[in-house]
Amino acid sequence: MNEAATQTAPDIRAAQSAPLLDVQGMSISFATAGGRLEATRDIAFSVAPGERIGVVGESGCGKTITGLSLLRLLPEDVAHISGRLDFMGVDLATCSEATLRDIRGKRIGMIFQEPMSALDPVFTVGDQIAEGLLAHGRMGRVEARERALEALRSVGIAAPEKRFHAYPHQLSGGMRQRVMIAGAMICNPQLLIADEPTTALDVTVQAQILELLRDLSDRAHMALLFITHDLGVVAETCTRMLTMYAGEIVEDAGVDAALEHPLHPYTSGLLRALPRLSERRSALPSIPGRVPVLGQMPEGCRFRQRCPFATDGCEKPQALQDAGAGRRVRCWRFRDLDLPGVAA
Amino acid sequence: MTGERAPTLSVRDLRVEFPAAERGATVKAVDGVSFDIFKGETFGLIGESGSGKTTIGRAVVHLVEPTAGTILHDGVDPARLSSREFRAARRAWQIVFQDPNAALNPRSTILTSVMEPLAVSGVGSAEERRRAALQALARVGLPEEIGARYPHQLSGGQKQRVVIARTLTLKPELIVCDEVVAALDMSIRGDVLNLFAELQRELGLTYLFITHDLSVVSHISDRIAVAYLGRLVELGPAEAVTENAIHPYTRALLSAEPAPLPSHMRTGKRILLEGEIPSPINPPSGCHFRTRCGHAVDLCAQRAPEWREIVRGHWAACHFAEQFCSEENVAGEKAGATLLGG
Ligand SMILES: Nc1ncnc2c1ncn2[C@@H]1O[C@H](COP(=O)(O)OP(=O)(O)OP(=O)(O)O)[C@@H](O)[C@H]1O
Ligand SMILES: Nc1ncnc2c1ncn2[C@@H]1O[C@H](COP(=O)(O)OP(=O)(O)O)[C@@H](O)[C@H]1O
Ligand code: SF4
Ligand code: SF4
Ligand SMILES: [Mg+2]
Ligand SMILES: [Mg+2]
Repeated sequence: MNEAATQTAPDIRAAQSAPLLDVQGMSISFATAGGRLEATRDIAFSVAPGERIGVVGESGCGKTITGLSLLRLLPEDVAHISGRLDFMGVDLATCSEATLRDIRGKRIGMIFQEPMSALDPVFTVGDQIAEGLLAHGRMGRVEARERALEALRSVGIAAPEKRFHAYPHQLSGGMRQRVMIAGAMICNPQLLIADEPTTALDVTVQAQILELLRDLSDRAHMALLFITHDLGVVAETCTRMLTMYAGEIVEDAGVDAALEHPLHPYTSGLLRALPRLSERRSALPSIPGRVPVLGQMPEGCRFRQRCPFATDGCEKPQALQDAGAGRRVRCWRFRDLDLPGVAA
Repeated sequence: MTGERAPTLSVRDLRVEFPAAERGATVKAVDGVSFDIFKGETFGLIGESGSGKTTIGRAVVHLVEPTAGTILHDGVDPARLSSREFRAARRAWQIVFQDPNAALNPRSTILTSVMEPLAVSGVGSAEERRRAALQALARVGLPEEIGARYPHQLSGGQKQRVVIARTLTLKPELIVCDEVVAALDMSIRGDVLNLFAELQRELGLTYLFITHDLSVVSHISDRIAVAYLGRLVELGPAEAVTENAIHPYTRALLSAEPAPLPSHMRTGKRILLEGEIPSPINPPSGCHFRTRCGHAVDLCAQRAPEWREIVRGHWAACHFAEQFCSEENVAGEKAGATLLGG
């Protein structure tokens, strides 16, 4: 931890014992033509310093908007966030724009699936990275340039002096993602939100980027909120896994525990649908149906229409309940169900 | 297995070049590829983006003109057919792409879209086409009512089924499936893959199944070919390629696949490749993989390795393939085998 960080961090010792981020009762709703629709509900989780958490679930389950809302990056005119988003003592939901600007990039970094859309095509990569430093002040151009070069080097870009003057379109996909990571890392954030950062990359390049993220997280004790639909990526990168379904967290468990003994039928269904784990050319299990669309959320358990274990009682709303051993699950039947994981 | 049967598709020394953006340069998208596919088989083709998979698939269904080489369908070179014979014959060779949205007209009903290819080729009466379309929808497991809907009212998996139904109306024999489940959620990929398998059993279809997803290809394929920068580097029975890979690139690819397994079950050791796939405008001399290969020696820059059968039915292009193949059995350095075994 360098000096600048120590000065501005509210209380370093407290931050190490207490969670870095503590989200309670967060819901996100959107103003649409059909009225205000709730896209996520009752989101509650915490992130310890240095912890790596994977967020999984099908398309449309609310992963991306959950990540974006932590930095209030959703369009403010239509999106409404409620609940408490405590980040090192600051409520991200209600803090001033100025405080938020200070936190964005400096304490919480974010990277996305398509680096091309996040990088400005008319500026060189060096300028874009250095800009992050200049924006947060306390540094001259020369020093910013040095730090930017160092950041490019630290994400494995060879000959950074040459790449410094390259435009984004002159770089390969993997290289652009490294540049994005360099930009997000330059102020040594305590938390990096990564939304499908390797989905557009080839598997050999993905392996490089995952290694890089793990390594940076270990070295800088940086927490990671890793949004992905790829359970293999979570298994290799994270220690904890949040499963989201239809705007709710339905399971929260250590990665190994979730993979071997999932407690929620949805987590189990996702695991069973993975091709590699069933016999070659056998029929693949799938989860029938689809994620309900906004405005048509079923009453009671939101997974009920697709759940093979649905029964009387499931029409009641489900709370995310404590399941022991640091796990939580949103299914009242979890003790009765012995669900298959990947090893089954 | 393949036995001594005649292949239904035979590709020899296929080359496809495109003019590059830079003046005078050419993109060697496919740079000398040979393989056979047998009737009723699923032939998987994997490789990183830019390796030439889509171009091979498009050449096979004659959507792109080869620069050199031959493509025979049941021993016949379509280039020798009259244009009328060619039009009739090519209905048997179809391609399905990744994005069903691009394939469906948003302003046409599903039924109209499914009937379209028949209408275009003027097959049957309007009523016959309608019946054929409804039958095809039923065959892919979609209820008749779906025919009256529009694409935006369907899920991704349903739209991909519609595209498959439309292809089926032409009674194809060979279907090139180019990343057909890549755009679908993992929870429904299984559905679409199961459908492909079921149609193959019922209709005796042959598939060239293109994907960059190793778990998908190893699940569905009888044989697997691995492409790198316009060439094939390995080809063999699915089990052999995924469990006893010979080529250093295949091994690296398998080991890079993230395994959704708890830590104590994850034993595969990772071969981390450096850099990315080079440009096909100016590929490395000799072995195309040499710039990223941990085993490369001077010879690899001087001469391209020969494409040869290393063990029966298992082909590879690496100067040291025989050595790697026997080391495999001794040292048991099975990169990824534990990940993909099943
Ligand atoms: N600006 C918006 N206005 C209205 N609805 C929105 C808006 N942004 C997102 N949504 C809706 O919120 C829900 C969650 O979307 P989100 O992008 O978080 O899904 P996701 O889990 O990240 O999916 P994917 O895996 O496809 O990225 C979806 O139903 C989506 O349509
Ligand atoms: N019409 C075209 N014009 C120029 N280059 C092309 C064209 N089609 C493909 N290519 C190039 O050929 C190479 C192989 O492409 P492709 O067959 O699409 O690979 P893959 O499907 O394996 O990703 C790539 O470098 C691609 O950019
Ligand atoms: S509450 Fe009922 S319907 Fe919901 S996941 Fe549990 S068993 Fe299935
Ligand atoms: S021929 Fe040489 S460079 Fe190519 S794969 Fe074999 S060892 Fe590696
Ligand atoms: Mg998303
Ligand atoms: Mg392609």
